[in-house]
Amino acid sequence: MRLGVLFSGGKDSVYACWRAQEKDTVTCLITLISENPDSYMFHTPNIRFASFQAEAMKIPQLCQPTKGIEEKELEDLRAALAGARDCYGVQGIVTGAIESVYQAARVQRICHALDLWCFNPLWQADQIDYLRTLIKDGFRVIVSGVYAYPFDASWLGAELTEEMVMSLAQMQERYKINPSGEGGEIETFVLDGPLFRKRIEILRASRIYAQYRGQYIIEEMRLAEK
Amino acid sequence: MNGKTEILLVDSCYRPDSLSQYEFVHPVQRALERAGSSCQICHYNSVDEECLKGCDKIVLCGTALKDNGYLDHLDKYRWLEEGIKPVLGICAGMQVIASIFGGEIISRSEPAIGLEWIEVIRSSPLLGPSRKIEVFHLHSHDVSLPDTFLSLAGADEAPEAFSHCSLPIWGLLFHPEVRNRWILECFANL
Repeated sequence: MRLGVLFSGGKDSVYACWRAQEKDTVTCLITLISENPDSYMFHTPNIRFASFQAEAMKIPQLCQPTKGIEEKELEDLRAALAGARDCYGVQGIVTGAIESVYQAARVQRICHALDLWCFNPLWQADQIDYLRTLIKDGFRVIVSGVYAYPFDASWLGAELTEEMVMSLAQMQERYKINPSGEGGEIETFVLDGPLFRKRIEILRASRIYAQYRGQYIIEEMRLAEK
Repeated sequence: MNGKTEILLVDSCYRPDSLSQYEFVHPVQRALERAGSSCQICHYNSVDEECLKGCDKIVLCGTALKDNGYLDHLDKYRWLEEGIKPVLGICAGMQVIASIFGGEIISRSEPAIGLEWIEVIRSSPLLGPSRKIEVFHLHSHDVSLPDTFLSLAGADEAPEAFSHCSLPIWGLLFHPEVRNRWILECFANL
């Protein structure tokens, strides 16, 4: 089956893409570029660099701008999925949804309306096990944004390690955060993984942080041989 | 034998080992294993006497919204008629059970997608006492209640959950692996 992956460049969409590639053919990545920093469904920091990831994976990317206004966002998503169907002949859409019934149900409805299959290969995954699997499978993931208590500035730009997974597990216990960040607590950016033909090297980046909200903003990067 | 309950998970997706397996079979597997059972996955095309003999209980897993291939191969589920092992059918699995026992599978004009409150109308060991529960729906077919079944939730003409009158066979139109894993734990320990 020809598949399009809803792609933000964060770990969930990259991992979902990998699983999809193992079973079927991924013919395009679909990226919604939101102009609203508090987008309901599509995260924003570093999204413009998702095109580097697409290039590193050698998969065509379809970009759809969105104003990021809640209900309008769904129309933009629908237009993007219709575009993937019409331009790349995709028969199904893949998402990185884990727990979010809200996101998953909305994508399911749009897929149904467009006569597309819908796949959620991370659905209901145990989040801590999943984070460990990511590391074990060779994904290199950095934290590109934090948006909740008790994340401090030291998380920004830090690479996902076994120790970090342990801290996230403790924070899940203590503060009820989603350790994978699906509730918007953290955002991530993938630098490398088994499906990358080239890896991403960050040359310059800056951090902004105040009161448990911060972003690691990539300013310059390049693709490096593996 | 290690003393664990052995559960056969029947994968009803469009092909063995598909991308959908992560979504409709593995979450059920994890919930049952957390409840102390051990699971084996088998695609509906290759369920045979040997795998049926080797298990204590059976779960028929669901499929993607657009995946209705199993409806063309209902004869592959004839072994259900024997009713020798406890069976739980989830979504597509409930539809299969309904059809094998003489009920009807009814195509909906619009699919049911997302969270919804349903009414448990009859007390049972699987769903507990009568009350409202919030469940996750993902289906484009309803079922009619076969003669030998009782509705446990929802109206009799459109059951959300049913059980056989005398055999340990259950069906859920919703997905218990989403937000209602306690039902799977309950089935594992029945």
